Amino acid sequence: MGLRRVVITGLGAISALGENVAELTGALRRGFSGIRPIQLVDRSKLRFSNGAEVPGYEPERHFDPKQAAMLDRFAQFAVIAAREAVRQAGLEAGSALFRRAGIITGSCVGGQTTEDEGFVDLYLRGKPRISPLIIPKTMANAGASRISLEFQIRGPVYTISTACSSSNHAIGQAYWAVRSGMIDLAIAGGSEAMFSMGILKAWEAMRVVSPDTCRPFCKDRSGLILGEGGAMMVLETPESARRRGASVLAEVVGFGMSSDAHHLTQPSVEGPALAMQAALDDAGLPPDAIGYINAHGTGTVTNDPTEAAAIRAVFGSHAARIPVSSTKSMHGHTLGAAGALEGVASIAAAREGFLPPTINFTERDPSCDLDVVANAPRPGNPEFVMSNSFAFGGLNAVVLYRLR
Amino acid sequence: MPEEVRDRVIRCIAEAQHLDPETVTIDSTFEELGIDSLDGINILFALETEFEIDIPDEAAQNIRTVREMVEGVERLLAEKAGSRPQEQT
Repeated sequence: MGLRRVVITGLGAISALGENVAELTGALRRGFSGIRPIQLVDRSKLRFSNGAEVPGYEPERHFDPKQAAMLDRFAQFAVIAAREAVRQAGLEAGSALFRRAGIITGSCVGGQTTEDEGFVDLYLRGKPRISPLIIPKTMANAGASRISLEFQIRGPVYTISTACSSSNHAIGQAYWAVRSGMIDLAIAGGSEAMFSMGILKAWEAMRVVSPDTCRPFCKDRSGLILGEGGAMMVLETPESARRRGASVLAEVVGFGMSSDAHHLTQPSVEGPALAMQAALDDAGLPPDAIGYINAHGTGTVTNDPTEAAAIRAVFGSHAARIPVSSTKSMHGHTLGAAGALEGVASIAAAREGFLPPTINFTERDPSCDLDVVANAPRPGNPEFVMSNSFAFGGLNAVVLYRLR
Repeated sequence: MPEEVRDRVIRCIAEAQHLDPETVTIDSTFEELGIDSLDGINILFALETEFEIDIPDEAAQNIRTVREMVEGVERLLAEKAGSRPQEQT
């Protein structure tokens, strides 16, 4: 079997910018910030006070009480995003297509919030026993497994954990699995819910979280802002979409991966450049075909100039003509969900004819010499879009989407 | 005789870097000791624990030598002592 094309027929997202893709798209268009004072954790004990939580999230609106109690917040987000994507694709539980379908999700911390709470009982409160649900709630594949149960999807189901590249790795793997003919349909994406005291204190110790807000590519950027959420896509072949009368929203056309082999936390220029080039090669596209880059753009002192240099290395003189933005300035850095959420954001915005902005933008940094879409969305109708994710551990994953 | 601040800082650095404390001197630079950014935040964590102080990100950013580290810790210890309520005698 030759390589098949892979299209996207469903999108789903829950984040600080709302509980569905329509709300996300509206917020991106308005340049609305989902970054607010943290509510889920006592922020008086932290050096930073802002985060991008899903505002007013109530599990009971999405799950019956027993189901909610069985799922860590990160798994709930995975299921909620998957439901929206499946619904948009016009599929339902038990669909015949699901016999040869798979689910690949990404998550960095998985259900560690549940684990954290359980360990407080054990270590701090001196309780002699802790809940047996901690194991199935903490496992990083909890979201993927719950989606499989809910929709009766029986093919390959697994979870990738490569820190902040997790969900781009997941989408890329799903793309290759459908493209190769191993499966006919995939649900792919990622989810994350990191607002527990233990995890936030660990991020505090890393000294990369901003004391105010996320300003990617700005001269006065001061770090990242953590965000929670989930995003999923339904991938299938154009033939299967056509047979079902499903609308094609976008196409996945390239995937590139690389490892910096440089340092555990310091980024390199070469690694991300290799991944971007690998994605272009996979798609058979010249650099000047790319009309928009959704950057990794964390807003840390080190990431942004390194990413800018990597983009320059790959795109050469065309780099100056590619609009670039980091939507992390609005929905925060969702770690293992980042690639999926930013992919969904890029596709949803481009389909409505605009490029999402980098908000909170103050002054240009000459060391981040890119055409940053600053503060307000820009009209745009790019044919090809690049979505970058670069992780701690030096692992890079880049996905290319075709919009028209 | 209590251990000098300088010696305690050097001990923290040596332990965090798995170095012989003899090889760490007040004049050593982080570069000489092979201390990169991740090592640096790990040392800050060790110093915060050792001295029961909070080292703000701004204070930590430009430190490149053991001497600057010792001076920074001494400054924070002095601030901490200054802000402590007067003890009754």
